[in-house]
Amino acid sequence: MTAPVIELRSATKRFRSGSGGVHTAVQSLSMTVRPGEFVAVVGPTGCGKSTTLSLVSGLEPPSEGQALVRGENVSGIPEGVGYMFQNDAVMPWRTVLDNVAAGPRFRGASKAEARKRAEIWVDKVGLGKFGGYYPHQLSGGMRKRVALAQTLVNEPEILLMDEPFSALDVQTRALMQDELLRLWSGTGAAVIFVTHDLDEAIALADKVVVMTASPATVKATFEVGLDRPRDVEEIRMTPEFQDVYREIWQSLKEEVDKTRERSSAGV
Amino acid sequence: MSEAIAVGTPKREVSVAVSAVRKRRIKVWSIRAALVVLWLASWEIAATYWIDPFYYSKPSQVWLKLVEWFTQGTSFGSIWANMLVTMEEAVGGFLLGALAGVVLGILLGRSPLLAEICAPFIKAVNAVPRIVLASLFLIWFGLGLQSKVATAFILVFFAVFFNAFQGAREVDRNLINNARILGASRVQVLTTIVVPSATSWILASLHSAFGFALIGAVVGEVVGAEQGLGLLIARSQGNFDTPGIYAGMIVITVLALVAEALLTALEKRLLKWRPPAAHTEVQI
Ligand SMILES: Nc1ncnc2c1ncn2[C@@H]1O[C@H](COP(=O)(O)OP(=O)(O)OP(=O)(O)O)[C@@H](O)[C@H]1O
Ligand SMILES: [Mg+2]
Repeated sequence: MTAPVIELRSATKRFRSGSGGVHTAVQSLSMTVRPGEFVAVVGPTGCGKSTTLSLVSGLEPPSEGQALVRGENVSGIPEGVGYMFQNDAVMPWRTVLDNVAAGPRFRGASKAEARKRAEIWVDKVGLGKFGGYYPHQLSGGMRKRVALAQTLVNEPEILLMDEPFSALDVQTRALMQDELLRLWSGTGAAVIFVTHDLDEAIALADKVVVMTASPATVKATFEVGLDRPRDVEEIRMTPEFQDVYREIWQSLKEEVDKTRERSSAGV
Repeated sequence: MSEAIAVGTPKREVSVAVSAVRKRRIKVWSIRAALVVLWLASWEIAATYWIDPFYYSKPSQVWLKLVEWFTQGTSFGSIWANMLVTMEEAVGGFLLGALAGVVLGILLGRSPLLAEICAPFIKAVNAVPRIVLASLFLIWFGLGLQSKVATAFILVFFAVFFNAFQGAREVDRNLINNARILGASRVQVLTTIVVPSATSWILASLHSAFGFALIGAVVGEVVGAEQGLGLLIARSQGNFDTPGIYAGMIVITVLALVAEALLTALEKRLLKWRPPAAHTEVQI
């Protein structure tokens, strides 16, 4: 078995909470991702999924434990990381093309070179006609695609995606999921894909990690043995998919219920 | 944007919309003109029949004064030379003050430690009635350009500084994180994220800042100068020449409006990425 490219070793992350206390977002969480592996992370809302990604990306240091990328402790942002944030993060003052060209420009490509690469990726995500538009002139789904192109143009070896498609309607989402699989296949990138949507998790991933209710830790890990290449619409209908779904849902449901009880109890 | 409308909607609807906009504009401007005429006429009549024009002057006298200045010149050389002097002082103070305000504002806005250290000093200096510094600068820098530039500078600096500071502090963390992930260095984050984010804050302050620059220059000239519009006003005051004061005010107002128009054009250019709703609204 190849060495993991991403590894969390009993990582804990605490934040100062609003009322002055300490809030533990992630509690001794351990997980590994191998090169080229697509891992989906599901868990109840607010449990600490985004926080987990921020540990891997180096934006936040763990309070305890270790975050390792390619076997080395993460300090600063590791080389080759791409991160699609949960919230819109495109620059509103730049056109679509200039937004996508930002990564290569930051990394020292010439203007012409960056533009050429940006054009290719803007085309790949189906925004070829909108290169000169500003973000406010695009739909929410189009802005997500800009963010996707912006991330992928850097050809990341490690791709962190935080509910990238949750704001999209069902049709666009299926389209984007297919698109993502198509763009990812053959890149050998390791992916951590956070989602609320178990359907989506199973359709895309090799491995689904279920997190516990807050504070997050890994509850269970499930291998998804479905063949690739996959068509996300069709694969949902297969009995294998249904079996995996039932199994994981059992595990996830408990945590979701726990979160629901707690929030209705006002804790 | 206008292309998008033209493609999406039938031609007739577009032309109807355009003519409605034009009609409204004509209406607004004719009412404005009527108000000005009404005001001037009532002033003229009042000053002719009831109030003493020696103190209050009247539009016709002010007009004659303006004509005199522009045709025969003033007691301190041609009016153009005086305007040039005042503008040099105002623009000089404006550019230097805005630059210093932007740089320091962004620096402090991005560095909590520096901001904490400097906060009491800035509050203290801000609390000084800065306009009296004009007298001090006159002693330090003499009657020439420098003392007025210094006065304009100090007024402009604070107007711009606080906005740049606020703008730099309120940059979306998400945008900064995204840029860092995409590979931006600290300097690149500053130039590609912080500065553009703060730009709308800074531009908003530049409008009032140019007004302050003019105030600084004119007050500096009133306090003591060899030439300039402030000196003309001060001299008119000394001679009880009320029309001269009004005429000076009018010339300054026109200069301020021209500068305002230039700044608005600059703002439109720099902020063309914003949704159009933001700048079709009436701005005062
Ligand atoms: N910077 C921060 N400062 C303080 N608390 C934080 C911070 N970031 C996250 N938290 C807290 O950590 C907990 C987990 O947050 P996180 O964003 O990781 O949840 P999540 O699983 O991504 O939720 P969702 O599914 O709704 O996106 C939350 O209770 C949140 O309030
Ligand atoms: Mg989240």
